[in-house]
Amino acid sequence: MADGLKKGIWIAAACLMLLGAVGALTGGVWTDLAPEEQKAFLVLLEPRAGIVLLMVMMACLVVAAAVNGLYANHVAPVRRMAEEIRLLLGANRERRLATTGALGELGEAVNELADQRDVLRLDVEAKIREARASVEEEKNRLAALMSELSQSVVVCNLDGRILLYNNRARLQFKALADGSAGALIGLGRSIFSVFERNLISHALETIQHRLKRAGSQPVANFVTTTRTGQLLRAQMAPVLSGAHEDGLTEVERTVTGYVLMLENITKNFETESRRDQMLQSLTEGSRSTMANIRAAVETLQSYSDMEPEQRDRFLGIIADEVRGLGSRLDLTMSDHADSMKVRWPLEEMLGMDLIAAAQRRIETRAGIRTKIEEVDENLWVKVDSFSLLQGLGYLANRLHDEFEVREVRFRLVPDGRMAHLDLVWYGATVSTETVMAWEMDPMTLGGEDSPLTLREVNDRHGGELWYKVEKVAHRAYFRLLVPVAMPQETVAASALMKGGSRPEYYDFDLFRQDGLDHHLDDRRLTDLTFTVFDTETTGLDPSQGDEIIQFGAVRIVNGRMLKAESYDQLVDPRRELTPESIPIHGISQAMLEGQPTIATVLPAFHQFCEETVLVAHNAAFDMRFLQMKQESTGIRFDHPVLDTLLLSAVIHPNQESHKLEAIAERLGVNIVGRHTALGDAIVTGEVFLKMIPLLAELGIHTLQEAQEAARKTYYARVKY
Amino acid sequence: MTRTILIVDDEPNILISLEFLMKREGFQVYTAGDGEEALERIAQHRPEMVLLDVMMPKKNGYEVCQIIRGTPEWQDTKVIMISAKGRDTEMAKGLAMGANAYMTKPFSTKDLVAKVKEMLEAA
Repeated sequence: MADGLKKGIWIAAACLMLLGAVGALTGGVWTDLAPEEQKAFLVLLEPRAGIVLLMVMMACLVVAAAVNGLYANHVAPVRRMAEEIRLLLGANRERRLATTGALGELGEAVNELADQRDVLRLDVEAKIREARASVEEEKNRLAALMSELSQSVVVCNLDGRILLYNNRARLQFKALADGSAGALIGLGRSIFSVFERNLISHALETIQHRLKRAGSQPVANFVTTTRTGQLLRAQMAPVLSGAHEDGLTEVERTVTGYVLMLENITKNFETESRRDQMLQSLTEGSRSTMANIRAAVETLQSYSDMEPEQRDRFLGIIADEVRGLGSRLDLTMSDHADSMKVRWPLEEMLGMDLIAAAQRRIETRAGIRTKIEEVDENLWVKVDSFSLLQGLGYLANRLHDEFEVREVRFRLVPDGRMAHLDLVWYGATVSTETVMAWEMDPMTLGGEDSPLTLREVNDRHGGELWYKVEKVAHRAYFRLLVPVAMPQETVAASALMKGGSRPEYYDFDLFRQDGLDHHLDDRRLTDLTFTVFDTETTGLDPSQGDEIIQFGAVRIVNGRMLKAESYDQLVDPRRELTPESIPIHGISQAMLEGQPTIATVLPAFHQFCEETVLVAHNAAFDMRFLQMKQESTGIRFDHPVLDTLLLSAVIHPNQESHKLEAIAERLGVNIVGRHTALGDAIVTGEVFLKMIPLLAELGIHTLQEAQEAARKTYYARVKY
Repeated sequence: MTRTILIVDDEPNILISLEFLMKREGFQVYTAGDGEEALERIAQHRPEMVLLDVMMPKKNGYEVCQIIRGTPEWQDTKVIMISAKGRDTEMAKGLAMGANAYMTKPFSTKDLVAKVKEMLEAA
């Protein structure tokens, strides 16, 4: 009800009460009067009726003024105060009420309440922050832990979206894809690019089944071949909702995702089959030979009366077969040497590290000086480092104890399949018999006994062990042959550095994101997955034969740029670069030699962009190059596209320049490594991330809204 | 009457010994170096006994044995398989294909002669 009307009703009511009182008074007096007195009263009143009426009206006015005053002094301030309290409740939490005037005390009480509220609120916020930080820390710790594992780990939600993967998995999949289109790993990507959907569903069913049967391990194992023909062994374990503390039993908890532990067993498998082949050739192959020899020998024995030529023939057979068997054995040995050696699980290790560890051990435990005589810095060896270090320490110790050797030196040099690991010393000569005994004794060093002998350590490495004296140089050495390993990928460390301090291999928020079916158009920009990309080209006009020579791209998942999931690829354009273009992109003809052509790269890049929105600066330019290739490669880029140039024009319509540098500077994005495709893609991505909240301020939240706004800008009407 | 025997093996070194051996034991001996040649010889000479190697080019011993057992007029032909494949599964297969006996290489020539004689006398 309107304030004025309410006040009017109050005034009218007060006036009515006044009139009622006057009326009642007059009526009471009137009935009390005798008839002649009533007449006299009328005579008295009649001429003065005007005055009486005026006085009554005056009285009404006075009452109205009084009510008005009361209202203004007592009702209005309360209402104002209510408004102010509401303000303090929501819009302006800092605001406090006046503590003077009639309602001062009330104001004070409200202020106290507000203060209390603020304290509580800050407290709650602090607690939330704390909790969030500890969860974040735990997540980071988990991710860091995972990235250290030497086994590939991938965590997926039930839709098969990847929520976490470790560095090992990344490297493994990279090796699987081998530059061309293949298994791709990335946050939010589908695991089904690696594994068949049915295979995963089947494994999940197995797990569900086992969960229901208490007591059985809810894991599933399977082996599968990838598109590139590699053999992967996977173990799947469920990620269950709720924890035991919630009082749920294993059966009640539902599966929300799964952990896959992967191992590429292609190599093992090949080794196994080679070993099988070897067994086969040694058994069945030898049987025939033995049969031939035996038949010949027995014939010779049984029929001693045979002709000399006949006898020579049989002897010839025997000689021939024995020769054949010998050479076959040699061949088997050399062909299968590797597979005969890998009995004991050996770890790959940088030779330098092995020697350094041996030095530390010998110096601290045996108190002997050590030196490096010659170590190949790039050599990787395959060793059981624990027992090998024990062995070296043991040898040094016996040399010290029994022959007073004070210093030993190390040599580690490759020699074909094996490396020479030498323990060298000067002066004392040890007899071969003594060394033989050392080899067979259980090893001890610094009070630590080992059940192993040096010979057994050597056997584990499938090597040999010998002792040699160099009389002229007054020195002697033990030589251990240990297997050489292939150098390990050194990308691991640099790839980890790429992401900065924070690992980018997980995003557990994706757990909640299931069913990505609803259309991209209506999804919020903050929830979408983007591929931000840039290309370098030979020139500006694809219709005149200009070609793409470099792709660079990064992914944005859940509002985070994943620099570790970048795409960086040179492309052989099958034409000469023009000299004037070289300073722009910094790519020389030599760099493009041996690079794949667009026919190989485009499918791989298309797969990298799968199920994402493309973002580029001046996207129309890059898209035109991609579209020119549609016919020849059959690859269509029909992804939704956002252009940072147009979006910039939406946000700052009055700015003159919408060049990438200008926007980056405006939005406070540091520019590093520009004018490589990947460098530009990263800058574009960072610019785009800054734009999302600015667009939201303009009421642009969804993909469709962003695309429409961009279409309406002036720049969109310019043709490239 | 001289009894006839066909020896089939792709390794000449064993053929020489077995041929000599069987001749000395008084058999009429024919030889073949692969599965197809073996079938030709059987059709041509109708031997009473076939010594059949398993691993051979063109047709292996299992196939040859199957064909022998699938041909009605060759039903009486005795087959001894001799093979370097010594696993029990392979022996089972040989017998299932219709061989009368299976000998694993290397075998004793005495045993082989004894086996051949025993089987022919039983017939």
